[in-house]
Amino acid sequence: MAFLQAHLLTLILFSPVAGGVLLLLIPRERLQAIRWAALFVSLIPFGLALWLWFTYQPGVEGYQFVEQAIWYEAISSSYHLGVDGISVPMVMLTTLLTPLAILISWSIEDNVRSYMTLFLLLETGMLGVFMSLDLLIFFVFWEIGLIPMYFLINQWGSGNREYASFKFLIYTMAGSLGLLLAIQMIGVASGTFDLIAITEKWSALNQSLTLFGLPITLAIGTVKKIAFWAFVVAFAIKVPIWPFHTWLPDAHTEAPTAGSMILAGVLLKLGAYGFLRLVLPLYPVEAKYFAGVLGFLAALAIVLGAFASWGQDDFKRLVAYSSVNHMGFVVLGIAAAAFAQGTMQADDAVIAINGAVLQMFNHGLSAAGMFLLVGVIYDRAHTRDLNELGGLFPLAPIYGGILIFTAMASLGLPGLNGFVSEFLVVRGSWPIFTLYTAASMLGLLITGAYILKGIAKVLQGPLNEKWLGHKMEINRREIIAIAPLMFLMLLIGVWPAWILNIINQTVKLLFG
Amino acid sequence: MEVPILSIVVFTPILFGVVLFFFPAERHREIRIFALAGATIALILSLWAYFTYDQAIGGYQLVERYSWVPRLGISYHVGVDGMNAPLVLLTGIVMFTGVLISWGIDDRPREFFGFLFILATGVFGVFVSLDLFQLFFFYEIAVFPMYLLIAIWGWKVTREYAAMKLTLYLFVGSVIAIVGGLAMYFASGAHSFSLFALEGAGFSVDFQRFWFPFVFFGFAVLGGIFPVHNWSPDGHVAAPTAVSMFHAGVLMKVGAFAALRVGIMLLPEGARFWAPLVLGLATVNVVYGAFIASIQTDFKYVIGFSSVSHMGLVILGFATLNLNGITGAGIQMFSHGVMTALFFAVVGMVYDRAHTREIPKLGGFIKVMPLVGIAFIIGGLVSMGMPGFSGFVAEFPIFMGLWQSQPIVAIIAAFSIVITAGYIMRVIGRVFFGEMPEELKGHITPINTFDKIALVILSGILLLVGVYPTIIAPLVESGAQVVLALVGGA
Repeated sequence: MAFLQAHLLTLILFSPVAGGVLLLLIPRERLQAIRWAALFVSLIPFGLALWLWFTYQPGVEGYQFVEQAIWYEAISSSYHLGVDGISVPMVMLTTLLTPLAILISWSIEDNVRSYMTLFLLLETGMLGVFMSLDLLIFFVFWEIGLIPMYFLINQWGSGNREYASFKFLIYTMAGSLGLLLAIQMIGVASGTFDLIAITEKWSALNQSLTLFGLPITLAIGTVKKIAFWAFVVAFAIKVPIWPFHTWLPDAHTEAPTAGSMILAGVLLKLGAYGFLRLVLPLYPVEAKYFAGVLGFLAALAIVLGAFASWGQDDFKRLVAYSSVNHMGFVVLGIAAAAFAQGTMQADDAVIAINGAVLQMFNHGLSAAGMFLLVGVIYDRAHTRDLNELGGLFPLAPIYGGILIFTAMASLGLPGLNGFVSEFLVVRGSWPIFTLYTAASMLGLLITGAYILKGIAKVLQGPLNEKWLGHKMEINRREIIAIAPLMFLMLLIGVWPAWILNIINQTVKLLFG
Repeated sequence: MEVPILSIVVFTPILFGVVLFFFPAERHREIRIFALAGATIALILSLWAYFTYDQAIGGYQLVERYSWVPRLGISYHVGVDGMNAPLVLLTGIVMFTGVLISWGIDDRPREFFGFLFILATGVFGVFVSLDLFQLFFFYEIAVFPMYLLIAIWGWKVTREYAAMKLTLYLFVGSVIAIVGGLAMYFASGAHSFSLFALEGAGFSVDFQRFWFPFVFFGFAVLGGIFPVHNWSPDGHVAAPTAVSMFHAGVLMKVGAFAALRVGIMLLPEGARFWAPLVLGLATVNVVYGAFIASIQTDFKYVIGFSSVSHMGLVILGFATLNLNGITGAGIQMFSHGVMTALFFAVVGMVYDRAHTREIPKLGGFIKVMPLVGIAFIIGGLVSMGMPGFSGFVAEFPIFMGLWQSQPIVAIIAAFSIVITAGYIMRVIGRVFFGEMPEELKGHITPINTFDKIALVILSGILLLVGVYPTIIAPLVESGAQVVLALVGGA
């Protein structure tokens, strides 16, 4: 038990990839064995994460379950992990979505073993980012997430996958480049990569140029500004923030169903997490200065993302653009907090960030759910064209009900999770960025429009004759996959306290 | 009586090579086994030298010194420190895997392995030399077999041209370096070629600034510095696989290392004065090399130019003259050496079966050669500097060192990472994935066990260093400290 307690994060972090390596021992033709083994392996970090959830103590200052070990001492980087109220829900989300994504991938027939191994490797990458307390380790895991996703899209994706995967890779790597340079600069300037040490020293670096006696030829102020922008661009690409979002529609649309679930469900959150964990704490002054711009871009993402969704004829692309729309709320909340943290309006900032973090979790659930459901239809109809589908409700009533439920959560219907987080963001941002918040609420109208368009075009209206006689209904395995998501959507919608409390305790301490 | 490990490492190859010449030419099997035995001994000893280096004591270890030509102050003087120990190990690894990869050579294997081993001795000798004359001596021993190896066993289309170009470039470079070396010898008044004597000789500032380019650039030709790098891609491509592995993996490190040992360490004031120029030229290497690699249609030329790009990073690291940069450069020499050996091994395996290296004519290889494909992907990830692999462990301190000396160079050089990612992923996609062309289907034989062993060893090392940098970083750092003490940097 003590071992478990002391090394919980490492176990959660590496059990996916360790299991993935073991998967390679199964002969590649034993498809069922591989699938079940992968599912089983992915449930281990989930179980451990549940344990983490219940033993985590909200309201205690600082990070918990901290582990530190020697890694790359020559450049003062150590293997340093820890979680707080912002990262625990993210870890939970990741370990929850991965088994569900694996369960959805039962219909994959090609190279199942490589597929599953890549997924597990991806999970380790994502978990590592959320748990890192060392900038270099953060970067390592950030990058580790890129390559498996590239191959997942490139090898198992749909028609335009080569273009989409290449664009995804190069776009995100270009962003990571900025991240790399910024981390290097910070490392050189502060003599360490340890996040906790840097957070303590960083604001003090404002005062003295020669604090660390290093022969840097850039003024420290310039170093900080460049690093700030490099961080912002890298994370803005990942979230994505308009106008850095253009890799997303193609990547999400062309990825295999499970890939889209994880891309939208977790990978986008890495960017937002970067803002919360690194940009806001390290650069309160610069963040405040540019918060207005960020808020503007957030409003744009919400409104334009909604319009873009509304205009789609491809069901999956509609859902893809909805991610831009929903993540806009996350960014709005972050922008509001950037502007108001530590000021008179700090309380509003706290509410806004609570909303943002909860929205990260909620969007993870609803986006994964929506992509899952798009995949269900695509597996049966082999088309995502909304004009080809239609009138499917009588043929697939259970699917229809689930789709409506999930879509309503995505739309922000009160009683479901989306409403709670979006309300919090709006409530928190209104006093701070009234204009942008108002625009976002108008954007919500369009959100309603595209969601209802999606439902209507798929389920209602005249039935396209060619679907008669096809088995269109959702099957039991897929229902099992989406059930946990639906349960959580409802639970958070009617009783958010169980998760909000954990988030709030930390947010209050960090941004109050 | 201490076992002279280093001398055994240095001379085992040439001894085995000479004995090989006494084998009957048709006994291919015995020749190969004997060669493998020699390579194995060298590998084991180089591992021993690497892992028994005591960092707590530091300095040069396993030192041996014998008088050679006392009248001229020449001695046989060898030793390992943090900078050359990884390179000795690298040579052992590349030699071992190179012999495994060359198992299929049917055309005069006796001469092939003989010359290859003479080359290996030269390389080992340069790395461990602590006497300037001895260093030049082994350098020449390393260069001349290259001509024969490329001209006789190389790619028929360009082998004679490439062999001649390579040899001329390298000889001219070494002549220039020798002139500089002799200038130092005479000016020092110490009547000794010992590196220690020359380090402490107290050359005047003007002397150092004048002679540094001779020595540094003379050796850096072999390191592939722009604009005298163009022997390298042609040389790489024309050479047979194992020779390419040696060429890019080890020989280019000889050049960079000698530039460090003789140029930077003996003429530190000159190094400081010329650093901006070196930084500029090496930046061109890094970025230009990556761009040129992107437009190549011959699979092997892509790898050849990527070597030019990555060696640029090594030279950049040296030119920072600070602890981070030099440490990174030292790790990069090792990491790139293993990676490029892996790349050329893969290219060789593909070419042997497809009989073409034109990328548009290849495709779908991962289905028939999965291990080869994965090995290439691993190498590709290393060359992109992907964390989790040795390339990142090497490039990161180099960039940190650049931030400390010339931030703008760090930014420009960093762009090469994205360009590299672009061309590597494209090459992987075109050669290994997609549809295999009709003419090749059914003609691709699987690789044999020796090939697999070589690939696994090389890939494994790249991964091991990536996840456990402590296995190399502290050692190299201690070597960098020695360099810094002479240069007087931070």
